[in-house]
Amino acid sequence: MKKTLILSTALVSLGFAANADITVMSWGGAYGEAQNEAFVKPFVAATGKATIMVDSDNPATPIKAMVESGNVTVDVASLEYADAIRLCDEGVLEPIDISTLPAGADGTPAADDFLPGAVTECGVSTDIWSNVFAYDTTKFPEGPTTVADFFDLEKFPGKRGLRKGAKAVLELALMGDGVPAAEVYDLLRTPEGVDRAFAKLDTIKSEVVWWEAGSQAPQLLADGEVAMTTAYNGRIFAAAMNEGKPFEIVWDGQIYENEMFVVPKGAPNMADAMEFIAFATSTEGLRASAQQISYGPARKSSMLEEIVFKDGKTVMAPHLPTAPANMGNALETSADFWVDYDAELNERFQAWLAQ
Amino acid sequence: MAEANAPLLTTADGRPLKAALATAQQRAKRRAFLLVTPLLLFVLLTFLVPIAYMLMRSVEHDGFAASAPALVTWFEENPDFDPANPPEAAYAALVQDLARMQVERTTGIAGTRINYSVPGTISLFKGGARAAADLAPPYRESLLEVDEAWGQTALWRGMQSASGTYTTEFYRVASDLKLTDEGWARGQDNERIYLYLFIKTFMISAIITVLCLLLAFPVAHLLATLPMAKSALLMILVLLPFWTSLLVRTTSWIVLLQEQGVVNNVLVSMGLVDDAGRLSMMYNMTGTIVAMTHVLLPFMILPLYSVMKVIPPSYARAARSLGATSWTTFRRVYLPQTLPGIAAGSLLVFILAVGYYITPALVGGADGQLISNLIAFHMSKSNWSLAAAIAAMLLVSILVLYWLYDRLVGIDRLKFG
Repeated sequence: MKKTLILSTALVSLGFAANADITVMSWGGAYGEAQNEAFVKPFVAATGKATIMVDSDNPATPIKAMVESGNVTVDVASLEYADAIRLCDEGVLEPIDISTLPAGADGTPAADDFLPGAVTECGVSTDIWSNVFAYDTTKFPEGPTTVADFFDLEKFPGKRGLRKGAKAVLELALMGDGVPAAEVYDLLRTPEGVDRAFAKLDTIKSEVVWWEAGSQAPQLLADGEVAMTTAYNGRIFAAAMNEGKPFEIVWDGQIYENEMFVVPKGAPNMADAMEFIAFATSTEGLRASAQQISYGPARKSSMLEEIVFKDGKTVMAPHLPTAPANMGNALETSADFWVDYDAELNERFQAWLAQ
Repeated sequence: MAEANAPLLTTADGRPLKAALATAQQRAKRRAFLLVTPLLLFVLLTFLVPIAYMLMRSVEHDGFAASAPALVTWFEENPDFDPANPPEAAYAALVQDLARMQVERTTGIAGTRINYSVPGTISLFKGGARAAADLAPPYRESLLEVDEAWGQTALWRGMQSASGTYTTEFYRVASDLKLTDEGWARGQDNERIYLYLFIKTFMISAIITVLCLLLAFPVAHLLATLPMAKSALLMILVLLPFWTSLLVRTTSWIVLLQEQGVVNNVLVSMGLVDDAGRLSMMYNMTGTIVAMTHVLLPFMILPLYSVMKVIPPSYARAARSLGATSWTTFRRVYLPQTLPGIAAGSLLVFILAVGYYITPALVGGADGQLISNLIAFHMSKSNWSLAAAIAAMLLVSILVLYWLYDRLVGIDRLKFG
């Protein structure tokens, strides 16, 4: 009896210990690792609060399920911009008060320090990332240079990797068809525009290998399964820098957006979660993140000094989506558009895939 | 008459025998019931309740009804209004509800609900709700000024249909119907997917069942007729993959069949296929069929084996001695006796194949997807009601098949081993 008592007490306290952890859910791979190094480890060192990171192919999915079923085990999640807005509207996320976020290192209040749109009702941006396409320089020494080249199977033969979903694929198709970035979403709101995007995709459909998790894209490229692939720019950067892969990013037609830290409604450690977000999205936190992976910081004060990669020599500025040289033909993801049309276009996308 | 006078039979302690027997039987029944109670509770909690909950989900969604009470009331009072031209009173109720949604922060919930049938409405609701508090009568003009999309016929039809807590809308969407200005109509060819995938799922499952039967029948016969020592060894070869994780087996097929995989490498090195013309056997329908046939094969072999094992060989010998050819013996003597096993195996494999998820998700690529992958897709896009509706349709079609099977073959002939 006594033994059972001790055992069950131990188990219960273990359970409590596990609950006391702040759980941060992110995308895994090179990105999750960068966030772990830049946010989680320094936070643990500074506050002593046990914090762990868990991976998901897309944190928006489990978060919604957790809140709906009333069993929330995650305190902070990293979501795409449109998902952060959609889930906020559906009441799945906790509002975050911008006035609780720390001022910039130079004293600028948070409200002025963050880039426009980087703080929303329920989310705070951690970085600006981009959908780009990349190729293996050993296969194409002369390299594709424009977004149209991605769809040009004659000039650049070989398989293409694309993310399995409508978002960023339809935009890419329209830009590849010669639509200027500024007109992409207006066109996609019309049935003709959607048809046009799918018609463009039809031209390469037989050669496409579809990927679902962010880490698959550089892997497909490294395995030689595809000649070029769309990817999150930081993943390609990480593969090139950390593993010396001969990958080159084509910035023409890049599609960029903010990544948001959010707190699910009913998070077990609400106060700690808010503290973690304030810590991570401080001037220093965002700088630390940009030293790990090539995603642009969302605060002006983080970019006042030159950011150098963790290897100590690579200057990050030209590798960021926000670098002026990379913004020539760039499209900012429209959260409004995807909040409205995500369901419909993904359904259409599935139907198109199955045909 | 003699019985009436006979002394009442009693037990040793003097109780009437009949009563004692009844008590004992009661106790035995109670004990039996207590023994199965855990299982009953388990099945109830983990199986029946979730299924009932899922079926509820597919017809119940009060996202809009709960956040727009004024409009719901108006719809109830005016069921026959013209959605192409709703009167001022309807707009007034709508504006009142929008203002309320803004205060209660339910815009997203209501918008999402309507968005299921009328795309593009979430931001429409958000814009409308933000502006609602400042709108002045006439509401119709002022709301259309905010966004003329508020006048869409389909939108009003959608709101009317969403104003009840219970709806058949998700079943309509799952039957490839779309809400248009004229009401529910068949979607365009490039938008229809569900019925196509249902048919495809059943076709692929049927193909896999037939393949399994063709492959399993000789194997099971061999297992049943070999001497014990040899058949036990062979049985292990059947059971070993059966015990191996599904995921492991599926990924080994990827290793074997992919373009840079073992099979292609062998073919190329033997000169049967040139390097540029490597066969694509993975990430398509072929991959799904090959991997699923392999995974489901034991479910066919085992019931067949259990039936064949007990068929006396003397029947076949008797037939032969009476002059039947081998073919006639097989067709008229052996095959009919294996029917319960064929029936059980086919039913098992078919039903498992229809609901299969992991294998097609991993090796199916773009055109090897089955309906279960779409259920998972909608779960992940958090449209649980639509996922539930598709799942319910799948459940019903399997029950229909089961019923047909019972009428044609008879469920009592099933023999699972």
